Amino acid sequence: MFNEILTVWSSQPGISATIWLVILVFVAYLARNPAHALIRSTGKAIYVACRLFATSLRHLETSLQRRNKEVVLALGQEACERAIEREFHRVNAVVTRDLSAYPALHRQISDTIDKIEEDYQAATDAPPLPPAWLQAVDSIASIPRTGDATVCTILDDIGKTMEGAHQETQKAYRKSTLERHKLLGAMQPQWRNLGQSLTRVKDTIDGLEERSIEIDRQMKSYESIRNGEDTVTRTLSSSSLTQFFISTLVLVIAVFGGLINFQLIAMPMSEMVGGTSYIGPMRTSDIAALVIIMVEIAMGLFLMESLRITHLFPIIGSMDDTMRKRMVMITFSILAILATVEASLAYMRDLLALDREALTQSLAGTGVVAQAEFRWIPSLGQMIMGFILPFALAFVAIPLESFIHSLRTVLGIMALSLIHAIAFTARLIGGSARQISVMLVSLYDLLIMLPLGIERLVASSIKRKQKPDTGKQLSSVNMEEQS
Amino acid sequence: MKKLILTTLLALGLTACSEPQSNARAVYLLLDTSGTYTAEMDKAQKIINYLLATLDSGDSIAIARIDSGSFSEKDIIARVTFDDRPSTANQQKRAFKDQIDEFVTGTKRGSRHTDITGGMLQASEYLDETGAGEKYVLIFSDLEEDLKKGHIRDFPISLPDIHVVALNVTKLRSDNIDPRDYMERLGLWEKRVYQAGGTWDVINDLERMDRLIAQR
Repeated sequence: MFNEILTVWSSQPGISATIWLVILVFVAYLARNPAHALIRSTGKAIYVACRLFATSLRHLETSLQRRNKEVVLALGQEACERAIEREFHRVNAVVTRDLSAYPALHRQISDTIDKIEEDYQAATDAPPLPPAWLQAVDSIASIPRTGDATVCTILDDIGKTMEGAHQETQKAYRKSTLERHKLLGAMQPQWRNLGQSLTRVKDTIDGLEERSIEIDRQMKSYESIRNGEDTVTRTLSSSSLTQFFISTLVLVIAVFGGLINFQLIAMPMSEMVGGTSYIGPMRTSDIAALVIIMVEIAMGLFLMESLRITHLFPIIGSMDDTMRKRMVMITFSILAILATVEASLAYMRDLLALDREALTQSLAGTGVVAQAEFRWIPSLGQMIMGFILPFALAFVAIPLESFIHSLRTVLGIMALSLIHAIAFTARLIGGSARQISVMLVSLYDLLIMLPLGIERLVASSIKRKQKPDTGKQLSSVNMEEQS
Repeated sequence: MKKLILTTLLALGLTACSEPQSNARAVYLLLDTSGTYTAEMDKAQKIINYLLATLDSGDSIAIARIDSGSFSEKDIIARVTFDDRPSTANQQKRAFKDQIDEFVTGTKRGSRHTDITGGMLQASEYLDETGAGEKYVLIFSDLEEDLKKGHIRDFPISLPDIHVVALNVTKLRSDNIDPRDYMERLGLWEKRVYQAGGTWDVINDLERMDRLIAQR
């Protein structure tokens, strides 16, 4: 077909192609203005459409940005509220545990202080006073013995009496001092008791002070969130991303745990539900094993919800405490039963594997399988794994909650990036289309440069011809004016 | 929206009502007991053991001999469909193996004629009855048919969706003189099987049995 068209003017393709080219250039020259208009309008249309698209995407981006910010702030607010609530719970616990006993403690301290005061009063050091006449007697006893022997004897007796009285006074003083010491000794444990009580009070107050500092800090961040500060938004977004990656990692680990669990119970399940029936492309026994694992995960979710560790189901969280405790008991019991079932299935799997191995060996003609000495170790290991894995899977609820919450932020960020990229591409396409249309116009002119050149030459020669005529006309006008 | 829900429900209903595709496998092994093939029984035993180790719960297996008139239930040595429970299936496999061992030790004298076509017709009948999803006819023979006088077997047979596999096809003395006889024999059976709606394969190296039926 192409060859036929090519050789329509001449049998030689070169000549025919040249004729075609001349025709093409001529036609293109004739259609120059509409072609230029078409190229320019097409370029402009693409440019305008792309700009409109980019503008609408920018609006969408703005609204999505706002939505992301709201989501992040709401999550942060919720987390902050939860933290503040927890701090208040702790303060409440401190107040209930320690400060509820404060009146009794105060009474105890007051009693101790009274007792100490009484003891102190009783232990006041009062030196015994000598009798009033003792000074007179002492003066008499100190009269120099110069004369009579009788007088000397009397004076000696008086002196002895003085000495005796002094001794008795000393004795009484020592006795009273000893009693005071005893009283003071008895005060020592009371002081210690008082000191301990005051230390307890101090610790409690210190704890409360720490909690109040923490509450203040949380309240500040809560206020920042409420004010919608950009710094807080960025911090919360980054925190969400971290949460997302950590929870994803933990969920991947949980998936592997689930697969191991599945391998443990899938084969013995065929002993229970049969190994020949299928639901779609999957064996019923495999589906039954999966269902058990799913039910375990679901029970784990409910257990964590009932314990108020996660908050995925508000209806469980808002239950009254009695109901919640019942739910904890029920879910835990179901989980324990399923774990026991899994442990027994794991044991059955071991027995089946052993039987299968024995059959294979007998079919292979290697004789009777020898009983391994420590065969019970893998059996026990499988049973323990079968029992523990359901409980381990129950904790999936925690990373799952983090994953779901952080996924909202991550999806928002991803959508934002995608929209941004599309808007940029649209702008790029629009701008390029406009530039390409300009280029195409120039290219068009380049193709028809020969007729254009001829046109230019003709136009310039016409202009040149017109110019002398105009000059002549001007000079005749001037001459007429002069005359 | 309502239309979508209705269509989905209808599609689900139709899927549920349709007959489910069976995932079970059924194997029918034809053992040539004519002439010198009785000496090859130990190889046949190995094949049977491989099949027993490979087949699972729900699968079926039958072993039949090829003799002068093979289109008969009497030629079926042992047959079993394995139970749903793996432990019971293992017991069935043990019993089946004992049956085969008994047959192999009891086979001393080969049959005078070889009716392969009759055996294949019997196999097709049995496999259809099992309703299995994958059906195999394994022929342990040199594929040289030698019919008793008066037996008619030169008519088209039907082996729809059945994989026919010739195992351990030994070369006859005449094949060594002119190998084209061997090729022609194989070609003839291949053509016949394809015309019957089945597929054809030859496995002479018994170590490559996993190419035929893989363990699940």
